[in-house]
Amino acid sequence: MTTAPERTAYPPPGMPPADVVRVRDLAVVVGDKPLLVDVDLTVRRGERVGLIGESGSGKSLTALAIMGLLPEELHPSGSVVVTGQGPAGGERVTSVLEAGEPGLAAMRGRDVAMVFQEPMTALNPTMRVGAQVAEIMTIHGTVADRGAAAARAVDLLDKVGLPDPADAARAYPHQLSGGQRQRVVVAMALANDPALLICDEPTTALDVTVQALVLDLIVRGVQARDAGLLFITHDLAVVASVCERVLVMYGGRVVEAGPVLDVFTRPRHRYTRGLIGASDLDLTRPDGGLYTIQGSVPAAGRFPAGCVFRNRCTHATTTCETVPEWDGPGPEDGFACWHPVVHRG
Amino acid sequence: MSRLSRGAEALLPPRGRRSRLGVGATLIVGGGIVAVIAILAVISLVWTPFDVGEINAAERLATPSTRHWLGTDKFGRDVVSLLMVGSRTTLLVGLVSVGVAAVVGVPLGILSAMVPKWWGEVVMRANDLLLAFPALLLAIMLTAVHGQGVVTAMIAIGISTIPSFARVVRSGAIGVMKTEYVLAARAAGRRPVAIAARHVLPNVGSLVIVQASVSFAIAVLAEAALSYLGLGAPPGTPSWGRMLQEGQELLFVAPRLELYPGVAIALAVLGFNLLGDGLRDRFDPRLEDRR
Repeated sequence: MTTAPERTAYPPPGMPPADVVRVRDLAVVVGDKPLLVDVDLTVRRGERVGLIGESGSGKSLTALAIMGLLPEELHPSGSVVVTGQGPAGGERVTSVLEAGEPGLAAMRGRDVAMVFQEPMTALNPTMRVGAQVAEIMTIHGTVADRGAAAARAVDLLDKVGLPDPADAARAYPHQLSGGQRQRVVVAMALANDPALLICDEPTTALDVTVQALVLDLIVRGVQARDAGLLFITHDLAVVASVCERVLVMYGGRVVEAGPVLDVFTRPRHRYTRGLIGASDLDLTRPDGGLYTIQGSVPAAGRFPAGCVFRNRCTHATTTCETVPEWDGPGPEDGFACWHPVVHRG
Repeated sequence: MSRLSRGAEALLPPRGRRSRLGVGATLIVGGGIVAVIAILAVISLVWTPFDVGEINAAERLATPSTRHWLGTDKFGRDVVSLLMVGSRTTLLVGLVSVGVAAVVGVPLGILSAMVPKWWGEVVMRANDLLLAFPALLLAIMLTAVHGQGVVTAMIAIGISTIPSFARVVRSGAIGVMKTEYVLAARAAGRRPVAIAARHVLPNVGSLVIVQASVSFAIAVLAEAALSYLGLGAPPGTPSWGRMLQEGQELLFVAPRLELYPGVAIALAVLGFNLLGDGLRDRFDPRLEDRR
């Protein structure tokens, strides 16, 4: 019997790169129902961070809160600070929850860009795609004029691998396939060289064969710009191939965080363990069935008090009626579980 | 429908009139009727069989003949010429009143879909108030203040058509506001006015066109009613509604003087309604695709 290997030190020693987004104690409520509770999240320049969890665990809501795009009836608290490039090459710091609409509009699409899930509906059906890409740049004045924007739009469409980019620029969205449309969306998101790219399940709606190409495009895009990437998905295999660090969300809370390899090979939170077990299709129960997490995600605001996972957890005890403390060196590495998985060698 | 695969869609029964012909029959018939009326109105600008301003006592109440195809009225004016010139009034009133309604109603509908929910409700309740106000009462009030005239009729009809535009556009715009491309536009830093103009308006355009066509039919009817009541076209301005009114006293002597303008009004209303239906059929599948 050997001892468990040391966990990878995180963050790595030395001067860390600048934060592009720093979320602290983010909570979102609708009426008296909590949707997000104490979410801490940091993405630095050049870093690729995954955000995983089942549907309804608060992943997309976290992304919308960072963009300042929460629906009007939701009320956020805490702090969300985005640091991007200012117009004169300096830094522009936006406190998203406090900033007014003009400040947010200046930030969105410039400092932070977002790729949505459905390429079929993410483009305006009545505008040519070239004009839609060019528009992103003219809004923020990152190009000299409309002519330059149109030329750069064609260039961007070429870079995302659309055949005949000049023709594609003149096409309407319905003339392109789903994969092609998602390439256009990626081109739009990268057009202004954002400091942070948020991808909300960008490949879920695509064919498996196209998925890899679009993922590659996203990763190369952020690497070339030394941008941060916040990647939301429930596909663990995608996270493993794209991200360096991962946060696991459940019930509007971050329940575990850490480097991808550690979290996936040695999960500590019972929920993470269940999630990984459920996505491993080679792993079968003694009766031949696949492992699942029993029950389903409760509706927003109906999560149990204490540990949000306890009504579905096979290890839950009365201790779990109190909220588990965060156990770990920092918000980027740790877990919140009273009965964590103990790893032996 | 759009959720089904193409294979599954092919198994479903064909969808009504549109399925066989590329363009629906309603669209062709409706468009045809409207086109004929429009062409007659344009021709009447440069030529009519007889001058409608000329009173000819010798030919009063002439029956249809090769000289006067549909006969003459009590002043001896040629009915064909009157109908042709009258179509101008009909189309002008329709165009201006629908134009007024669209120019006010469309932005109102988009605005009410984009402002916070509470404000949208306020706008729509005000809209309901206007909807509950009869067009005729509005026309009588405006006539009392500004005097009888085509312009008064156009404005009265236009104002009373605003609510239907606002309501249709609001429902469409609420749908568009929920789409990912609007969310994406906001995520790209697009300001609300630009989102309204470049993303919402073009995507409710088909709704506006259909509504304009249907409203046009209603406006034709409203104009005829107002002119008949003496609230629309003044004496001397040929209008189908006026022709109905002038022929009324001779209903039992020369019923054709009621029949012809009546048929013209009915045809015009039918034409615009069919055109509206045909356009709706034409646009609907594309609307579904966008969801």
